[in-house]
Amino acid sequence: MRNRSVPLREVYVWEMPVRIYHWVNALCITALCVTGYIIGNPPAFMKGTEAYFNFWFGTVRFIHFVSAFLFFFNFIFRLYWGFTGNEFSRWYNYIPLKRCQWKEMLEVIKVDVLQVTNKKIDSIGHNSLASFIYFITFLIFLLQCLTGFGMYAAMSRSFLPKLFAWVVPFLGGDMHVRQIHHVTMWGFILFAIVHVYLVFYHDYIERRGVTSSMIGGWKFIEEDVIERHDSGTEECPKR
Amino acid sequence: MENQRPTFYEEAQGNGVSRRDFLKFCATMAAFLGLEASGVSQIVKALESKPRLPVIWFHFQECTCCSESFIRASHPLVADIVLNKISLDYQETLMAASGFQAEDAYKAVMAKYPGEYIVMVEGSIPTGNEAYCCIGGRSALQILQEAVKNCKAVVAWGNCASAGCVQAASPNPTGAKPVHKVISGKPVINVQGCPPIADVMAGVVVHLLTFDRIPQLDGLSRPQAFYSRRVHDTCYRRANFDAGLFVESFDDQGAKRGYCLYKMGCKGPVTYNSCGIIKWNDSVSYPIQSGHPCIGCAEAGFWDNGPFYQHLPEVAGFGIETTADKIGLGLGVATAVGIAGHAIVTNIRKHSEIINEPEEGSKFENKKKV
Repeated sequence: MRNRSVPLREVYVWEMPVRIYHWVNALCITALCVTGYIIGNPPAFMKGTEAYFNFWFGTVRFIHFVSAFLFFFNFIFRLYWGFTGNEFSRWYNYIPLKRCQWKEMLEVIKVDVLQVTNKKIDSIGHNSLASFIYFITFLIFLLQCLTGFGMYAAMSRSFLPKLFAWVVPFLGGDMHVRQIHHVTMWGFILFAIVHVYLVFYHDYIERRGVTSSMIGGWKFIEEDVIERHDSGTEECPKR
Repeated sequence: MENQRPTFYEEAQGNGVSRRDFLKFCATMAAFLGLEASGVSQIVKALESKPRLPVIWFHFQECTCCSESFIRASHPLVADIVLNKISLDYQETLMAASGFQAEDAYKAVMAKYPGEYIVMVEGSIPTGNEAYCCIGGRSALQILQEAVKNCKAVVAWGNCASAGCVQAASPNPTGAKPVHKVISGKPVINVQGCPPIADVMAGVVVHLLTFDRIPQLDGLSRPQAFYSRRVHDTCYRRANFDAGLFVESFDDQGAKRGYCLYKMGCKGPVTYNSCGIIKWNDSVSYPIQSGHPCIGCAEAGFWDNGPFYQHLPEVAGFGIETTADKIGLGLGVATAVGIAGHAIVTNIRKHSEIINEPEEGSKFENKKKV
């Protein structure tokens, strides 16, 4: 039996609200992409019947709209948690205002993407590149909410969608808004593919328990990394 | 001065219109404008008491389909009262005068009724080279800018004047621009459509006259009474959409049964107009009722968001029939290939980490190997 004793410590990285946010978000995005794709390209599998007996396409759209509301409020909640959560979920991780965060991004590209060096990067939560990509996805979330609710506003009398009524005139009409909304959907799909792959990749290489950390919240981190983090001598303290 | 100009009702009476027909017209207009019952009497009062509205109607880069639509308004009185009685002091297609007389006619309106007359525009205005549209030796831009200086309001008829229509479609050789982009300081009412529905046009005119102010407009300056809902949301085939019953080709069973034309590229879901309610040609029908998908003629840039018979528009710069879905799928495949490559490289380059034997000099070197 092969085994190895490495000085590791368990660190509580992802708090319960972050984990709930993550999985609600994942479910919503899956539902939204599947229903959204069907709405954009509906299969015409029914023939020779009358509208009176059926409502399946209306149901697909209903699921899309309900998921959209859930996605939106979940998104707002995550923004709020970015100001009240622990240090790994705070906003300063995601917006690279420090020079060292940009430097770390370059290093991550060298180590994990191009694999030209084998240096270990001190990061307990997200590394700088991952955080920055999440920041971009948040902008994409925002764009998708704006365009989605913008289109929804014309057929709603409720307060929330009405707040987005300016989007359609601003972007010059429904045709453009729908096209942007559709193209952005592919952004979500591509992100999801790469995201899942990279979780596997990091778990495969680093064995810090990245995959299960989004279930239980705990990661296994090398003691020296934690020491550097606690004493503030790590290469890029994000706080 | 008020007494010198006859009112609409007086002019209508002079033409042999009965009181009953006059009231019918007022009621129809009130219904189109979405007014409550008291609105009818407001219209009656306005048409009885207010002097006729001085109007200058310009034709720039256009096909005159707006005028053609206008003279086919459903209620006979609409066309009559609006065309004969509204005092179209200058309308290039319909006026008898030509040459210097015509020029004099609209200059007289501008001099006689400053701040009172309405400028109505059909067509876009070339700005790339103004010479593309000249009347009487002056460019459309010069004529329009001079005319709007002292006008009360501007009505932009149709897609050309509201959004540029086909002239402004890529590559827009004349640099065509809609009215609201070349003038400033005056309210512009965009009456969208190619052409707009005749009764919508009449409704806008009656509103201007009755209430002496421009109708409530949306974010794109279109009258909300007519452009607040999508063709799709007011379509009689909507039930088929919700039921997932779609026409897949123009000669299939679905087309015969009147299924939804969504998959045939119907732009109803992205087009704001009253086609589903007021309809065309005396409320006889509208494109979707005749089995043809909406082409979205009341939306800005509808020529560039084609093809007409395809749900998803083509993506500019990617060749013919390339939609967002095809590009997305291509990128998805490319990503998958990239991931496979990365996974292979990872297994080679990071071999020592994967088999858990860190390289020489690492902190965990030779700790325990069994």
